[in-house]
Amino acid sequence: MSSHKAKSKRFQNRIPSLPLHSSKSPPQTSRKHTLHSLTHRRRRGRLHMTQTPPNDESRPTRTGMRLIVPLQGVVQGRGGILLGSLIPCALFYFLQFYLKRNRSPPPPNPPPSRSASSSDLPRSSSRPNLLSRGASMGRVQLSARANHVAKANESPYYIGLDRVREDAYDELTNPDGVIQLGLAENRLSLDLIEERLSKNLADLMSGAGGHPGLRGIATYQPFDGLLEFKMAMADFMTEAMGNEVSFDPLKMVLTSGGTPALEILSFCLADPGNAFLVPAPYYPGFDRDLKWRTGVELIPVHCRSCDNFALSITALEQAFNQARKRGQKVRGILISNPSNPVGNMLNPYDILDFARERNIHIISDEIFAGSTYGNEKFVSMAEIVDSEDAFKDRVHIVYGLSKDLCIPGFRVGVIYSFNENVLKASKKLTRFSSVSTPTQQILAPMLSDKRFIQEYINTNRQRIRSMYDLVVSGLKELGLECTESSGGLYCWVDMSKLISPYNEKGELDLWDKLLNTAKINVTPGSACHCIEPGWFRFCFTTLRVNEVPLVMERIRKVVEICKPSV
Amino acid sequence: MEFKSRNQGQLLSKIATNDGHGENSPYFDGWKAYDSDPYHPTENPHGVIQMGLAENQLCFDLIQEWIKNNPKASICTAEGAADFKDIAIYQDYHGLPQFRNAVARFMEKVRGNRVRFDPDRIVMSGGATGAQETLAFCLVDRGEALLVPTPYYPGNDRDLTWRTGVKLVPVVCESSDAFQITRAALEAAYKQAQDSNIRVKGLLLNNPSNPLGTVIDRQTLQESLDFTADKNIHLICDEIYSATVSGQPGFTSIAEVVQENPHCNLDLVHIVYSLSKDLGFPGFRVGVVYSYNDAVVSCARKMSSFGLVSTQTQRLIAGMLSDEEFVDGFLAESRRRLGKRRADMCEGLGQVGIWNLEGNAGLFCWMDLRRLLKAATYEAELELWRLIVNEVKLNVSPGAAFHCSEPGWFRVCFANMDDETMEVAMERIRKFVARKQRRRMELEVSLSFRRRRDELVMMSPHSPMASPLVRART
Repeated sequence: MSSHKAKSKRFQNRIPSLPLHSSKSPPQTSRKHTLHSLTHRRRRGRLHMTQTPPNDESRPTRTGMRLIVPLQGVVQGRGGILLGSLIPCALFYFLQFYLKRNRSPPPPNPPPSRSASSSDLPRSSSRPNLLSRGASMGRVQLSARANHVAKANESPYYIGLDRVREDAYDELTNPDGVIQLGLAENRLSLDLIEERLSKNLADLMSGAGGHPGLRGIATYQPFDGLLEFKMAMADFMTEAMGNEVSFDPLKMVLTSGGTPALEILSFCLADPGNAFLVPAPYYPGFDRDLKWRTGVELIPVHCRSCDNFALSITALEQAFNQARKRGQKVRGILISNPSNPVGNMLNPYDILDFARERNIHIISDEIFAGSTYGNEKFVSMAEIVDSEDAFKDRVHIVYGLSKDLCIPGFRVGVIYSFNENVLKASKKLTRFSSVSTPTQQILAPMLSDKRFIQEYINTNRQRIRSMYDLVVSGLKELGLECTESSGGLYCWVDMSKLISPYNEKGELDLWDKLLNTAKINVTPGSACHCIEPGWFRFCFTTLRVNEVPLVMERIRKVVEICKPSV
Repeated sequence: MEFKSRNQGQLLSKIATNDGHGENSPYFDGWKAYDSDPYHPTENPHGVIQMGLAENQLCFDLIQEWIKNNPKASICTAEGAADFKDIAIYQDYHGLPQFRNAVARFMEKVRGNRVRFDPDRIVMSGGATGAQETLAFCLVDRGEALLVPTPYYPGNDRDLTWRTGVKLVPVVCESSDAFQITRAALEAAYKQAQDSNIRVKGLLLNNPSNPLGTVIDRQTLQESLDFTADKNIHLICDEIYSATVSGQPGFTSIAEVVQENPHCNLDLVHIVYSLSKDLGFPGFRVGVVYSYNDAVVSCARKMSSFGLVSTQTQRLIAGMLSDEEFVDGFLAESRRRLGKRRADMCEGLGQVGIWNLEGNAGLFCWMDLRRLLKAATYEAELELWRLIVNEVKLNVSPGAAFHCSEPGWFRVCFANMDDETMEVAMERIRKFVARKQRRRMELEVSLSFRRRRDELVMMSPHSPMASPLVRART
């Protein structure tokens, strides 16, 4: 109410400050009248809106007079051109503003949104006989957000994944199917996990070995995860990140996978319209995870092949300043380390310095931390803030078991934050995406089995390494170079020599050939917002060793088609 | 103010710092009281008994037995390990096909096989909580509203609005109508929203109703469907308690009503379901959106990445729900046990003159304590509730938390405890009410004596009406 009052007061104050001209010219009466009634109506609307008691009935007239007087001046050629033209403009502006505020609610039958329903789902079996609903029926409107989400599958990343879903390669049943190299999942070490987990669930259920039985599983449990599972998870993270830092189970919030972990952080750290800086090329899923439902923006900070795709702090500064110039609030920087899709390691010290200087948050996605195999050493953000107390509460780490433990189906993700308030909010927000309790109960004993985990991580690293070597040397034979990577489940392949024209279109042409001619699904750099065309992400841990020659053979076909054009 | 500036210093979002989680409502205070002093028959016999949690624990023995007899259903057993690789790596947000099939079949069974559900329209989400939020994201934009008949589940305020920015407009239902949803109430709420320039995008029904414990009858469903069709807004039916109905009137799903209305616009109808209540599996976090609208299905499916159910759990549930014999037996036995528990409780309360709203569904009763209020205000309700939580040591939930239009109603959950605990809880209520009533009776008796003396003088014919005995019977 007080703000309303202040507003109307300002309004009144402004008007008397206008210069008063003489108002004695009868010929203008009729014109004055129309203008007057307009002002009066607008004024009444305003009164209605602000609910100011309508006891100042006289004021509209007076105001009207004061506004009209300068107009008369113009008409009668008595100067005041500036005011004479300004005031009608202002009047018109306010009129529009008033109409906008008070317009009737939008019609109940808004434009069709059915175009979004591109999916060709079979109608439910009860549906065919109900199909009489016709075009006469009003079209339903979904939310603008929904339409936004519905468009997301236009990215080649998702198109490729859909293709594999429809026509997946299988040695026996579908030898001509598409081979999946577009999904960072690790099939190399599943046998180890399976062996360790195939202990009897009946134990768990019946309450043997100190387990709480079904009652401890099926009932409501803390949404942010069981403490015992968090403890096991902390041990596992410590081990996966090279034992350089120990994690505190109390700083953890569990989520059903890395996706909701990122989304929750995005919800916590930024309001709609705010932005995060992201070194590009970046994981295509970030657009979904951080932007879709939150209304937050991602600003790519481009890294280039001449720097080996290392992040340049100058570029970071530039992006930050540009955003600021646009009036956009940058709330943080989002990194994936080891980087996805390049596979190199980021220097967390530089990023920390930058974030501290700018006073913004850091979201460090370290989901591949245990899948490192190269010469570069991985340094967790947690490791370097351990001693830096003052800035700690700006640092948030995302982790999960989908990559390092090869069990994406189990949906276990973690938010690890040093910020009490973020933890508090995330604990509540994770009710929309909790980890199924039986899953926690089944995994906890395995994760706390230190010896098993150590062995597993080492073996897994070796297997990724040898697969990486195999794939990289195979590509080399075809004349394709990769950047040197030290972590992750993929390599970053330079195919720029094969594309023509040298732009995004050429890149997508090549991608299309790889998908439809060679029948391998890889991720083109443009899906990762890479600024240079011709780079592709090949995930190789989905392959078996004996499938590598086949993949190389298929790529060779495309290389041979494209080479002449170089 | 200081708090605000501190948050400002930490540069957090509005969502992280606002009150959208709703945990400052009394509904959560009771939980805190329970958490700090939980009842245990031997270790803490004077602790708080949790009657604020709608959890179904009456049939765990059946499920436990099934799991024990069917080790193959889990991939984490020697018997089921053969499928481990495929299941553990499966991260497709469509969900395992066998899981969707099994859930669709189960939903049909719960609805007496009178309707069919298409497995391809089943979208997974993290519990009903996640399902509600997903639909709110899909159907409603920031600042727009859903109509919700009162009293309604307090979690709606959080699940539907916190992150989505959606508003809830209450449809006021009165106790004089047994809290029935009427067309007039719907129209009034719709008009009220329009008057405040809020665009209404849908109506959310909870059938069977939490907290009322009643089913919505076919006619009301039909009227609601007509209403939403007239206004061209969505109809969301939250049917998570559908298998908790015992006796008559039976449960009618919106799916049945829709089936009988060949001309209704299916694109407007959406169902929320979950296994948390009907099977008693809230820990499994399995929620389902079933929409007749293709665009919603495809959009919600993409959003389900934000709350996927572990495939290990999907697989286990698929196995269990595909065992038709088990499911039939389970549903019948679960209904029987819930019905018995409800009847026992109502009878026990009836003995001390406390009545519940007549219902036959859900895991709770809607208890009428209006008589015990000092005054018909929410303050008096809160005062009485504090007494119940702190002295009687029962965590029940006050009607105000459910946006009830009238003070004095309480939700009492009865399925999250064993028979012995139930008996203790009933004993506590009986004692409390008796004490309350004695005090009131003494007061009223002394009052009526005084009045009687006056009446003797005045010879009023209406004097018996003031008698507490007469009152207790009405």
